[in-house]
Amino acid sequence: MTQKYPIEPLKIWNEAKQLRGKYYENYLAAHELGGLRWAGGAWSFSAIPAGLGEDVYSITGEPHGATIAFFKDFTAKCHDAVEAAGFPRTLCAYMRNYWGSILLDKYIQADGNVVDEHPVPDFIWQDHICCSHAKWYQVARWLEEKKGKKVPMYCVDVSVGYSMDKPLEDYKINYIVQQLNDGIEWLEKVTGRTYNDKLLCEAVWNEINATKIWAEICTLNQTIPAPLDEKTMYSLYVMGTLMKHRPECVDIYRKLKAEVEDRVRRGIAAVANEKYRVITDTQPPWGFLKIFREMEKYGVVSLGSLYTFGLIGMWKYRPDGTWAPKDLPLEKPQTREEAVKMIVEWTVDRPEWAHFYLPEVKTKMILSIVKQWKVDAVLLHYNRGCEGLSVHIAENRHGLVKAGVPVFPFEGNMGDEREFDFPGTLARLTAFFESMGLKKLKE
Amino acid sequence: MTEEIFQQFRDWIDNRHEYAKEWKERTNKKIIGYLCTYVPEEILYAADMLPVRILGSHEPPTVTEPYIFAMFCHLCRDCLAQGLKGRFNYIDGIVEGQSCLHLRQTFNAWRLHIPTNFAHYIHIPHGIQNPHAIPYLAQELAKFKKTLEDWTGKKITNEGLDKGIKIMNKNRELMRKVHEYRKLDNPKITGIEAMEMVLSSQMVDKQEHSKLLNKLLEELPNRNLNRNPGTRLMIIGSEDDDRVFMKNVEALGATFVIEEHCTGSRYLWDDVVPSEDRLMAIASRYVNRVPCPSKDWPEFTRIQHAVKLAKDFNVQGALVIQNKFCDPHGIEIPPLREALKQVGVQTYPLEFDVTVPWGQFRTRVEAFLETLTGLEELF
Repeated sequence: MTQKYPIEPLKIWNEAKQLRGKYYENYLAAHELGGLRWAGGAWSFSAIPAGLGEDVYSITGEPHGATIAFFKDFTAKCHDAVEAAGFPRTLCAYMRNYWGSILLDKYIQADGNVVDEHPVPDFIWQDHICCSHAKWYQVARWLEEKKGKKVPMYCVDVSVGYSMDKPLEDYKINYIVQQLNDGIEWLEKVTGRTYNDKLLCEAVWNEINATKIWAEICTLNQTIPAPLDEKTMYSLYVMGTLMKHRPECVDIYRKLKAEVEDRVRRGIAAVANEKYRVITDTQPPWGFLKIFREMEKYGVVSLGSLYTFGLIGMWKYRPDGTWAPKDLPLEKPQTREEAVKMIVEWTVDRPEWAHFYLPEVKTKMILSIVKQWKVDAVLLHYNRGCEGLSVHIAENRHGLVKAGVPVFPFEGNMGDEREFDFPGTLARLTAFFESMGLKKLKE
Repeated sequence: MTEEIFQQFRDWIDNRHEYAKEWKERTNKKIIGYLCTYVPEEILYAADMLPVRILGSHEPPTVTEPYIFAMFCHLCRDCLAQGLKGRFNYIDGIVEGQSCLHLRQTFNAWRLHIPTNFAHYIHIPHGIQNPHAIPYLAQELAKFKKTLEDWTGKKITNEGLDKGIKIMNKNRELMRKVHEYRKLDNPKITGIEAMEMVLSSQMVDKQEHSKLLNKLLEELPNRNLNRNPGTRLMIIGSEDDDRVFMKNVEALGATFVIEEHCTGSRYLWDDVVPSEDRLMAIASRYVNRVPCPSKDWPEFTRIQHAVKLAKDFNVQGALVIQNKFCDPHGIEIPPLREALKQVGVQTYPLEFDVTVPWGQFRTRVEAFLETLTGLEELF
């Protein structure tokens, strides 16, 4: 059939793929390169360890857990190992994937290549907002210790809440700032290195820029036809979850933004026959991304999600009530004091942190996306694998339905394929699309 | 007399709503519901209010399906169900002290769907092992205090805080004294009785409860339970108020001599150490108390505490329970079991839901008890 819009592959695709591959390789080879390894979450204040030197490599747990989930055979082995060790199967799926990798003493890379020996971090640098973040690494450390390897751990408590109408009180900001300042001293102590404030300032500025640019890229998807689809975005947003503080991340996002702007100018679509626009809310079942291709058969494009937009992207509400990329601070930080305070103030507004506290915030953000991105329906993933990003989801459904937005709720698990019924979900999803007046396009 | 005291604890639990309504009518004061034991009841007593803990009823919480995704723990759904069914329609407000996402969800659903005059969430720090947690919490408590004052139009004075601290400390102290009788070779109270004592303390005016505890402490030295205590068990894990389970296990030839959860010893183990800065004193207690595992990192201090309890109470075996979907406790199961094993305490894990399959559990618990007592009896 005739295509409604022109499509073309992203030029930056291979560069992004190589960058991601290199990230996993660098972590593995860090010691050979004379550097340090640290492990922690995608939300950890990654700019802080950057002050230890340019040869400090990290592995962030959630993307690593998602990578494992994508390769189902390896995931199954991880889950077997974790359950055999006595952990409940109801725990965070990423966390179980990560622990499974330690228990099996195997390491999977971005391309699915599995190597022997899970690389042990030199230290753990984490933060804690949900029930699992700190506990994840506490147990990881315990598992390593059982193998005779002692891993020092530092974790920053960021559970200070969120304020909808006004900035957080100073004492809440200071609580986090104080912990980070202590953390810098701790890093010096456990690594024996002298901390470099200049590198810190660079890293903070990189992170602020990367997370703003990503939000700007997402904003370009307001265009009809959408230049990017959600499945593609997963391969791009991930840089922010791996290395948001690094210059490579800023660089690739700048290039990507230029390319997506070009696609908008030329009317290049992600889905050739876009006629119905949806978004999701949180992580997908990683082993079943083909569901997005099934949607395309109905002319449906998924423009992204609150997760792809706001896990790393930083946003604000403008005075006119619209949701837009957050403004950069006026100046780059010049001192440790400025840098630490700046990154805390920047981070506490993270959209995906806000809705941990207040369901109204997530509903409001989704409704903003629905309006500004011209969305027809929302797919809500009742995700058994992540209690953090599923918290309040039933309230969000209420809020969307009340606002007149068609909602398709489905139950699954981002990292445990046993808990996602692909054929059943697909059957219900296609029925939903048909109830919205869509028909399967001719091949 | 002792039996009457324990019957009173039971009656308070079974008739908790009637008690609260009568208390309110009698005193003309406000009642505040709370979900987690991280809520500093001292401040509510200082404000001349009655704090009552919201707990479930162990009925399938079907009414919560539209509000909470069923992969969250039964406790949080069961608590919300009580509100949705109007069973707490006498409370004037609800307060939650940050512990887990599960109960936060209950708090928010309650705030949004159940008529409430007052709702406040205290961001109790999670990083209790870092030195900044206490001054941070003191400021959170100051905010809570001011919110209460603004709502009631009444100042909470230092004298009021002293009163609140005294009421809470006294009640905890008396319950700890009762716990000493559980250390005996032949304990003078059973696990179910201990649970009912602690549970009732979370439901009624602590001053009234303490009066009864004083009487109990007079009576206990002379009490003889006339039962073989059997195997000395510990129960440890998620919130547990499943009285039927406790009673049934103790009927199998065992006694729960100690427990480590928030409807047991964890609730009463630590006092506020009074100081000039009352809020700092209260903050210190809630940061330094035996922690919920959600806050216990990077070191496993709760596990160290559980091991000490096991030794002090001469425990032979431990049932490690996890409320299904309770991540903080679920995560700690293997390290906890290993730590107990290292001091010679065998463990058995059980996954609890809103109701428990006693038929299956009985077989499993019996088998566990047999492993603890040896196999000689079989031959």
